[in-house]
Formats: sequence, C-alpha cells, structure tokens
Amino acid sequence: MTADLGYGMTLIALGLAVYGGVAAGAGARTGRLALIESAQHAALGVFVLVTSCFALLTYAFLTFDFSVRYVATNTNLGTPFYYRITGVWGALEGSIILWSWMLALYTIILIVRHRVGARELYPWALATMLGILAFFLLVMTVAAPPFQRQAPVPADGRGLNPLLEDTGMITHPVALYLGFTGFTVPFAFAMAALITGRIGDTWLVLTRRWTIVAWYFLSLGLLIGGWWSYHVLGWGGYWAWDPVENAAFMPWLTGTAFLHSVMIQERRRMLRLWNISLVILTFGLTLFGTFLTRSGVIASVHAFTQGSIGILFLGFLALVLLTALGLVAWRWETFRSEGELDSVVSRESAFLLNNVLLVAAAFTVFFGTVFPLLSEAVRGVKVSVGAPFFNQVNIPLFLSLVFLMGVGPLIAWRRASLDNLKRNFLWPVALGIAAAAAAFALGVRSLLAALTCATTVFVAATIAVDFTRATRARLRVGESLLPAMGGLLLRHNRRYGGFVVHLGILIIALGVMGSHAWSVQTETTLHRGETAELAGYRFRFDGLTAVEESNHFKVVGAFTVSNGRVLGVLRPAKKFYPQEQAPIAYVDYRLGLREDLYLVLGDFARDGSQATIKLQVNRLVSWIWIGGVVLTLGALLAILPERHKSV
Amino acid sequence: MKRLWRWLIPLAAVPVLVLLAYGFRLSPRDIPSPLVGRPAPGFALATLEGAPLELATHRGKVVVLNFWASWCYPACYEEAPALARAWESYKDRGVMLVGINIQDKPDPARTFLTRFGHTFPNAPDPAGRVSVDYGVYGVPETFFIDRAGRVRGKHVGAVTDAIVRDRVEPLLRERG
Repeated sequence: MTADLGYGMTLIALGLAVYGGVAAGAGARTGRLALIESAQHAALGVFVLVTSCFALLTYAFLTFDFSVRYVATNTNLGTPFYYRITGVWGALEGSIILWSWMLALYTIILIVRHRVGARELYPWALATMLGILAFFLLVMTVAAPPFQRQAPVPADGRGLNPLLEDTGMITHPVALYLGFTGFTVPFAFAMAALITGRIGDTWLVLTRRWTIVAWYFLSLGLLIGGWWSYHVLGWGGYWAWDPVENAAFMPWLTGTAFLHSVMIQERRRMLRLWNISLVILTFGLTLFGTFLTRSGVIASVHAFTQGSIGILFLGFLALVLLTALGLVAWRWETFRSEGELDSVVSRESAFLLNNVLLVAAAFTVFFGTVFPLLSEAVRGVKVSVGAPFFNQVNIPLFLSLVFLMGVGPLIAWRRASLDNLKRNFLWPVALGIAAAAAAFALGVRSLLAALTCATTVFVAATIAVDFTRATRARLRVGESLLPAMGGLLLRHNRRYGGFVVHLGILIIALGVMGSHAWSVQTETTLHRGETAELAGYRFRFDGLTAVEESNHFKVVGAFTVSNGRVLGVLRPAKKFYPQEQAPIAYVDYRLGLREDLYLVLGDFARDGSQATIKLQVNRLVSWIWIGGVVLTLGALLAILPERHKSV
Repeated sequence: MKRLWRWLIPLAAVPVLVLLAYGFRLSPRDIPSPLVGRPAPGFALATLEGAPLELATHRGKVVVLNFWASWCYPACYEEAPALARAWESYKDRGVMLVGINIQDKPDPARTFLTRFGHTFPNAPDPAGRVSVDYGVYGVPETFFIDRAGRVRGKHVGAVTDAIVRDRVEPLLRERG
C-alpha cells in the first residue's frame, strides 16, 4: 500500500518534471510567458510530490513499515529513533530521494529569486534544472526505486549499516548533497548563457552567491566526513584518498577555482571561456562522484551497490558533457575577452596561477582515482593507487596555493609596483622567515613542517596587514575601533568573509601538518592490570564488560589513562551486530588542543583476562575541526547579502 | 570563417566516458592482492580436533586455503558444498584443502563442519595473525598456492566448482 502510493507519486513527479522542462524550453524559445508560468506550476507540483515521497518514506521508517522493501533492508525493530530517520538516506535508494528533494527545493528557490529580473536567462535555467530533476526521478522509478513492495512482509527488518549509526551520518550526507546539488544552479545558468549567447557577466552575477552556498555545504560535508572517519572508523585518520572521498574533493577544488576566477571576469572582463568551462567541469565532477559511488566501477569503502544504475548515470554524464561542450563549441566566436593580462606581477596573474594549481590538483586526484581502471584497460594489470601518490603530488601544490592565498588578495590589479609589493609584503615575508627560524630553533627538523609554518605565518600576516590598514582608514574618519572592525566585516563581507575562510584553511593546514609529522602510535597486548606507555601517557587495562544494547551486543574495555596523575578512563568497545559478519570497532578518545588520545580495542580473550589495543597520540588534529568551523563561518559571512558600498 | 576544429571540443570528453564504460566489464570483487606471485606466508596452527597444521608440511602439493566463519551467512554456506566436492575430487590428486576459521567460536564452527561434512583440516586463527598475514578483507576469501609455495591467485566471495577447477587445474599441470 505505502509502496504503491510512493511509487505512484514518483511517477507523476517524473511526468510533471519532463513536462515542465519541455514547457520552460518552449516558453524560452517562443517567448510565451504562459508556457513558462505553466512550467513553474509543474515545478511546484514536483516539489510537493517529492516532499510527500520523502515524508512517506520517513513515516514508513518511523512506523517500521516492512511492507516497503527499502525499509525492511535498512532498519529493524531495534534501530533507535534517530537512526530510523537517518536510515531514510542511509542507502542507495534513499540517497537518490534526498538528492531529488534537494534539487526540487533549489528549483523552487531559483523560481522565487530569479523569476523577475533575469528574463532572458531564467527560463532556460529553469528548463535545465527540471531536465536534471527529471533524470533523478527517472532513476527513482527505474533503477533504484525506494518504494518497492516487500512480500511476504517480514516480521523484522535487516537493519542499518552499523557504521552509519553515528550523529555525523545525520549531517554529513545532507551537507554533502546540498553542496553537490547546489552546483546544479550555476550549471543551469551557464547553460542558459550558452543557449542564449549572453555569455557576458549576467549569469556570473546571478550565480555568484549560489556558488558560495554550494561551496559552503560541500566544505561542511567534507569536514563532517573527515570527523566521522576519525572518530568512527578507528584507524585514526580523517582522510584516506579513497576514490569516493576524492569524488567529493574534486568538485570542491574546481568550485574553489571558479570562486576565484569569477573575480577576474567581474573586474577585468577576462576568462569567460574558462569560467564557463569550470562550471561545466564542476557539475560534471559532481555527477562523476555520484556515478563512482553507485556504479561499483571502482572498489571503495563507500560504494553503495551495483546494477543498472551505473549505466544510467554514465549515459546521463555523457549527455551532459557532450551537450555542454557542444554548446561551448557552438558559441566559440563569442568568447573573446575584452581585457588582457598586463603584467606577470599582478593580482590577475596570482589568481590565474591559483586556478592553474587548483585545476592541476583536481586533475591529479582524478588521474589517481581512475588510474587503476586505466591500468587494467591498457596493460591488463591491477594496481591500487594509495595515499603516498596523492600526498607526494598534492602537498607541493597545496603549499603553493596557501602561499598564493597571501599574495592574491593584496597585490595590485594590472601591474604591481615595487612600492606596492614592499608596502604589503615586507613585514609578512619577514615574519614568515622568522617563523621558520623559530620552528628550527624549537627543534623542528622536517623541511615540510618548517615550510608550512613559514607559509601560514606569512599568509596570516598579510591578512593582519590588510585588516589593520582598513581599520585605521576607518578610525581616521572618526569611527571608534569595534564598530570600525565590525563595519568592515559586514560592509565588505565578501572580501573579509574570504579572508576568514583563508584563516580557516591556514588552521587546517597546521592541523594536517602536525598530525602527519608528530603523531605516534603503537599496538600491544595487555593482561588485566598491565600498563602500556606511549608519549608520556600510561594506559592501564582494568577489564572487560559485556553490554546488551537494543540492536547489538557490545564488549567494552576499561583503560585508566594517566600521565603522572589520573586523567580518566577510556572505554573503547567492539560491537557485534547480528546482521553483520564482522564486529564493528567503537573508538574512545580524549580530544585536546595539543594532542588527542585515541584508543581502539582489537582482539580480546573471552574471559576478559587480556586484550589487544591500538594506541595513538594524534597531534594537533583538533585544529582541523577548529579551522573547519572558522572556514564555514567565513563562508557564511560571504553569503550574506552585500551591503551598500560606502567608505 | 567556419572553424570546424572547435567541434573537436566535445570529443575531449569521449575517452573518459569510454574508460568509465570499460569499468562495467570489471568485477569490483577482484580486490588486488600484493601477495600474488610471492611466497605464501607460513603458519603453524592447531585444527579444531587439536592436530597440528603447518603450511610448510604441504610443500609440493597445490594448496587451497579457504578463510571462513560460521557466522558468515550466506556466502560461506553457499560455497561449503562446493568445497566438500572439491576435496573429494582433488584430495588424491596432490591438492591440499585447508580451512582457516576466523573470529569464530569452536562450537558453531564444529556444527558448520558437521553440517557440510567437511573432512579436510580446519584450524581456528585465534590471534588473527594468519588472516592479517594474508590481508583477508572479509570472509570468505580463498587463496591458491602452487607446489613451490607461492600464492598464485585469490578469490573474494563464495567459490564455485568452476572457480576451483579453473584455478587448480593449471597449477596441477605445472611441475613443482
């Protein structure tokens, strides 16, 4: 019953989306407003229907309606309340419904915001959005239907993947998908610009904030994913260059490049072709990411499942890329730039270099991700590309990017004079060198660590220089200190939001560097009462207890931690879920600004007399999360509407 | 002024799409093992009946090493009859079939063996050392070791009669 109702609504939504897309396109061609209005109504209908589908599925989860196959496979009577909600998007079919719902939501926001005021581009953008939405609804009806009858109705369901029973899983997919789907809107406007031939600056201005919103959510999704990996998976890391992590990281890189290159087009009327290409590339990469996770083509811990869905996605990816690039070829003659590069020492060239580096990083990540496939296709040899490759290639690129973060925002447009360079960079460079020297004096012998310190201090100093100078200018016209600083942040929120994001990246860079350079770990087997020692901490094994939870059984170890005085008890565990083949590790940790204590329980004797543990002291990892919070705050500041320009 | 070459731009996407399409022909279950071609890590365990079981003593035979567990439903249950048949047909032809029972309890493990009539040696791996040495990713996984004691192949997931035959026959034809 529930399944039929949901399936019916999905079918109607699909029909409406197809109709709306065609009507919007026809309306745009003929200029008939009635058609466009009709398309808007269709879009509203799609939104209402997809929302109802989503609500219906959630209701089925909450009421344990096992007559729906998806509910029966992803929840059971023991699943706690919150995880019954996250179970809705915990597997393939539900993730597509969430995705479609977000697309429908973005379509409605697009209609509300741009219906008036973007007359030429809007209808085509609407048609593109509805076309993409139609594809996802097609997936929901044909390849991965969330509403399928389960007969006979089982007494209990299978249960959610236990690794997903974590609060991070409530927010990580939501943020990530809001980021992924968010890039659809800039793409839709880019398509509209290409179709109408208005590839000037209108579409950029329209999509600028959309892009920051998408970028904000994508960043948030990546950060929460890192946090989940760190505190759930139990290997003590936050990033593994897994193909699917890469799939989310690539659009982030190209999206970041786009956010910067937009500024050159706005200011100097350059890089039109480049900007359009970046948007196509970013959207293409978000599709590629969905394809990777759902096709089973590349083995990964994140992979959902396999089946016809992969072929469907590949077909759609081909359609999107060929159409978009075909349109670019068709409009080739209109891409002439008005401005040109005046000097190598200028803000334009700093931004250009930033773009080249970001795209190069995206390319190396792409190359590393598909290389196993390429190797097998060409040479018939199976290989796996691991973290060493990605680190080796990307660390120099990222370090250069961090350095450019200091140069780009301060150097003059067109041509920087020696005076301009001296005025902006003398102090920061000096401080950077001093930081490297200080690190050396404190005993840091790793070249990479010293370089990272120098670069981050240099960039932080340029931000400080800019901010002090701007504040001083406001003080001179009679404002007092705090209102002057607050006013700067709010009035020029895009510029200073950007600076805050940069600060966040600096903090993250320090955290990544610290965790790589200074973390230590060991693995050992302890008898009850015995003590292991690592980096000045002592871990005493006090014993094991067994606990029966609503949907699993767990064995909890108790370890007293001390460093001279007792710091507390860590309780890592192993959880045994009846539906899972292998037990799931439950990590216990103590976070600190300087270092985290991180404890994983391995094998143990059933009588509790001994246990094998993995101990880690992870340095500076907390700064990654702190930097992440700073970064997202900065992005939020940049999203705020631009205030009227004064001063 | 018609510039035909610009229509080459969309073609840039084609190689990537073709490569991804090629990916459908592969099985993601074929997880590459760095052990293939290398000497098989040795082990000395005790079977569930308490008899010693050492890999080195079977040098000169083709060894099929199967990692399993009684809680591994359905894959281990699917492949168990095929393993029993393989043992019957190959035990007199210079093939040794060895089961390694991982992360399991002795009682359900014995029940499993009785149920499927497995008579080849099966040993628990209490410390998990052997499964770590072989890089076992999940159960069931099966390794094929040649007469010279080198790992020659690995299969992830349930084996079938055909898989065992296709892997074992070529190794039997080699002179060790």
